[in-house]
Amino acid sequence: MTQTAVTPPSERAVRAATPGGARAPRRSGRRRIALPYLLLLPALLLELLVHLVPMLMGITMSFKELTQFSIRNWSEAPWSALDNYTVAIDFDAPVGQALLKSFFTTCLFTVVSVGLCWFLGTAAAISLQENFRGRGFLRTLFLVPYALPVYAAVITWAFMFQRDNGLVNHVLHDQLGIGDSPAFWLIGDNSFWALLVVSVWKGWPFAFLTVMAGLQNIPRDMYEAAALDGAGVWKQIRHITLPSLRSVNQVLVLVLFLWTFNDFNTPFVLFGKAAPEAADLISLHIYQSSFQTWNFGTGSAMSVLLLLFLLVVTGVYLLLTTRGRKTSDV
Amino acid sequence: MAVPRSFLWTRRIFLTLLTAFVVLPVYVMVSSSLKPLEDVSGKFAWIPSGLTIRPYFDIWETVPLADYFVNSIVVAGAATVFSVAVAIFAAYAVSRYTFRGKRVFTVTVLSTQMFPGILFLLPLFLIYVNIGNATGFALFGSREGLILTYLTFSLPFSIWMLTGYFDSIPRELDEAAKVDGCGPISALFRVIVPAASPGIIAVAVYAFMTAWGEVLFASVMTNDTTRTLAVGLQGYATQNDVYWNQVMAASLVVSVPVVVGFLLLQRYLVAGLTAGAVK
Repeated sequence: MTQTAVTPPSERAVRAATPGGARAPRRSGRRRIALPYLLLLPALLLELLVHLVPMLMGITMSFKELTQFSIRNWSEAPWSALDNYTVAIDFDAPVGQALLKSFFTTCLFTVVSVGLCWFLGTAAAISLQENFRGRGFLRTLFLVPYALPVYAAVITWAFMFQRDNGLVNHVLHDQLGIGDSPAFWLIGDNSFWALLVVSVWKGWPFAFLTVMAGLQNIPRDMYEAAALDGAGVWKQIRHITLPSLRSVNQVLVLVLFLWTFNDFNTPFVLFGKAAPEAADLISLHIYQSSFQTWNFGTGSAMSVLLLLFLLVVTGVYLLLTTRGRKTSDV
Repeated sequence: MAVPRSFLWTRRIFLTLLTAFVVLPVYVMVSSSLKPLEDVSGKFAWIPSGLTIRPYFDIWETVPLADYFVNSIVVAGAATVFSVAVAIFAAYAVSRYTFRGKRVFTVTVLSTQMFPGILFLLPLFLIYVNIGNATGFALFGSREGLILTYLTFSLPFSIWMLTGYFDSIPRELDEAAKVDGCGPISALFRVIVPAASPGIIAVAVYAFMTAWGEVLFASVMTNDTTRTLAVGLQGYATQNDVYWNQVMAASLVVSVPVVVGFLLLQRYLVAGLTAGAVK
C-alpha cells in the first residue's frame, strides 16, 4: 500500500538524477538508485515543511506590508518592495537605532560568552584528562548544567539575581560589603553581566563534552614521546594537546557562535518578554518588536538581515579555517 | 610521569572554583525548595531556618503541573522516537550510498541549524493554521504540531552525528550480511543499528533534551490544554507574589528525569560525539 504511494515521486527523482538513464549501468538498476532517495524522503519532507518553506515564506513576508489584519491573508497583502528593509536599517530613526544597538550588544555578548565557554570547557577537559581520585565524579557533575532544562536553570539564576532576596546580592553586598546598596541585576546596565554569567554557566559544558571527545583521539604515545624528549606537562599541552584539537575547535567555536548569537531562551526566561537595553539580544529584540507592534513585515526583514549576517560570517569563517586543509570532512 | 607542582595546584584551584560555579545554582534550587515562603521572600540565607517539604505538595495545586508534565513527556517522547527513526534512515543513505544531490542535502540540512528560530516562527504558525483550516487537522495548539516541530530541531545534528557513526562501522559487516541474503533495509536493522546503538542512544538523548528544554515555540504554539513545562513553570509568578520555593521545587521536579537520564547515558554521548561530530 504505502509502497505504491511512495513510488511515483521517487521515480521522478531518479529520472531527474540520472539524465538519459544511460549513466547508470548499475547492477540492479533503478531499485538501487531509488533506495537512498526513499531513505532520505522523510527527512527531506520534514525539513521542507518546518524549515525551508517557512524560511522562504519569511523572506517573502519581508517584502510585504503586514499588519495584524493582513497577516491572516499574508500572500495577498500589498507588496512593499524594500520598505521594511529601509525601516530596519534607518539608523537615524528609533527602530533602526534600536536594532543596531541590539546587534552590537549581541556581537559583544557572543564573543565574550563563546570565548569563556571555550576556555572553561577546554581547561576542564584537559584537567580531567589524567586519572585521579574524583575524576569520574567531576566529569558527571560538570555535565549537570548541560542536562538541566533551560527554563529550570535560568529561572534559578533569575532567583539568585533578585535584588532583595537573591544569593548574588547577599554575597556581594551583605557578606563582602561591595556597594552602598544592593544592586539591580535584571534591569539596567548590570543585566548584561547577569545574562553573560547564565549563558556561560549553561554553555560551557558543551565545549567540555566536545573537547573531551576530541582528546580521546590523541594517541597516547605522542605524549610519551614528548615526555622522553623532556617536555613537561605545560609544554605537552601547548605543543600536542592544543594543536591536535584544532579541527575539533573549528567546529566547536562555530556551533557555539551560532547558538549564542541566536539564543532566545536564556534572555526570554531571565527577563521575560522584553529584555533591558543593555542585554537586548537580537532574537528577543526581533520577537518583541514584531509581536508588540504587530509589524511582521519589518520583523521578517530584520530576521532576513540576521540570517544574511550569519551566512556571511559562517562563510568567511569556514574559508579562513579550512584554507590549506585538503580534507573535506565537514 | 612526573607532574610538576605548578600544574597540580593550578588544576586543583581551577577545578575547585569551577565546581563551586556549577554547584551554586543547584544548591540554591535544592535548599530554597525546602524553605517556607517567608524565608524565600526575605533575605537569602545559606542555611534554611526551617525545613519543609510543603512546596513539593503545593506545586501540583498552584498550577496544573501534572498536566504539563504529561504534555512534555508525550511531546518530547514522540519527537525523540520519530526524530531518531528519520535520522537513522537518512544517515544510512548518506553513509552507505553515493547519489546525486548528496552534498546539497547534507549542506542544506546542516545549515538549517543556522536559521534564527524567529525567522520561521511566524511562517510556521501560519502554515499550521492554514493546514488546520484546509484539512480540519489542528496542528496549531496541538501536541502533534509541537511534536512535528521539535522532531526537526534535533534532526540535522542527529543525521550528522549518525552518519559519522555509521561511517565508522566497517563496510565488511554490510557485505557479510548481504552474502547471507539480507537486503539493504534488513542489513540496516540487523547489522548497522545494533553496531551503532551507542550513537543512536546519544542521538536520542540529544533529541529528548532539545524537545524537553525548548521555550520559544512552546510559548507560542500551545494552548491551555497542551501547555508544556517550559511555559507552565512561569505560572508560579502571580501578580502579587512569586512563590520562589515552589518555583524551585517545580524546577527540581521537572529537571530530575532528564538530568538522571542524561547522566546515566552520558558516556554514550561522548562516544557518539567522538565518532560523529569529531573526526
